[in-house]
Amino acid sequence: MSTWTAGLRERLVRELPPDELLPDRQPSYVASWIYVFGVLTSAAFLVVLGTGGVLALEGPQWWHTSGVGHYVNSLHLWGTELFMGFMVIHLWGKFFMAAWRGGRALTWVTGVLAFLASIGTAFTGYLIQTNFDSQFIAAEAKDGLNSVGVGAYFTVTNFGQMLMWHIVLLPLVVGLIVGVHVVQVRRRGVVPPIGAQDGPTPDPAAGAPGRGTR
Amino acid sequence: MSLSAAVIVAGAVNLNHPGHYVHWGVIQISVANLVVILVMLVLFAAALLVPFPKDRQGRRP
Repeated sequence: MSTWTAGLRERLVRELPPDELLPDRQPSYVASWIYVFGVLTSAAFLVVLGTGGVLALEGPQWWHTSGVGHYVNSLHLWGTELFMGFMVIHLWGKFFMAAWRGGRALTWVTGVLAFLASIGTAFTGYLIQTNFDSQFIAAEAKDGLNSVGVGAYFTVTNFGQMLMWHIVLLPLVVGLIVGVHVVQVRRRGVVPPIGAQDGPTPDPAAGAPGRGTR
Repeated sequence: MSLSAAVIVAGAVNLNHPGHYVHWGVIQISVANLVVILVMLVLFAAALLVPFPKDRQGRRP
């Protein structure tokens, strides 16, 4: 008798075969810089996670007063600036390609959700700098959030709550959504330019459309 | 910190003053944010127009 765990495993292997997890060949239309901005966004995300981990280990006194602390703090800020910038250029490129075509709706939707969750993560990061800037931002933001009725649950002047949102909940959400987004890209392949033929490039070694082409 | 070290670590742009803003009708944006948006637009255009490099055999990936 088949169990749910076996069923889940078989479905996962069927949907995303292990030998297709990472690409070794790409369609010819991927030879464009506009296709690079997705992976640039992922790289910046890893820098943000790594520097954020160091900041969490060392604490505010370190990042406010020491030279290395200032440096890592700046890496975290500029990693975020690059992350958001690359993501928006990635968004522009995919929007003008109508990247939801060819059964890629879930890829598009997870990208939108990752963008929105990233804005929340960056916002809570500004709130926990532990300086006058974060106090000013919290004082200004509370009125806007109270006016839409979420102030009782998401209290921007509550430092502890914002810290937990920034270093636990939102990174988990962004990480999970980005993971699903990348898996969707692997399942459906990168979107072709409008007018180009969709689907895998024929594998000359195999003599037929083959693996690793998406 | 010595003066030379201070000069080295100082930002390329002096930020020790109130921000500069551009006013255009109902639109008000800081020069810093405007510069970031313009750089992103330039990067976007370059990504579309700059040829992608080929490998040693002259092939596209």
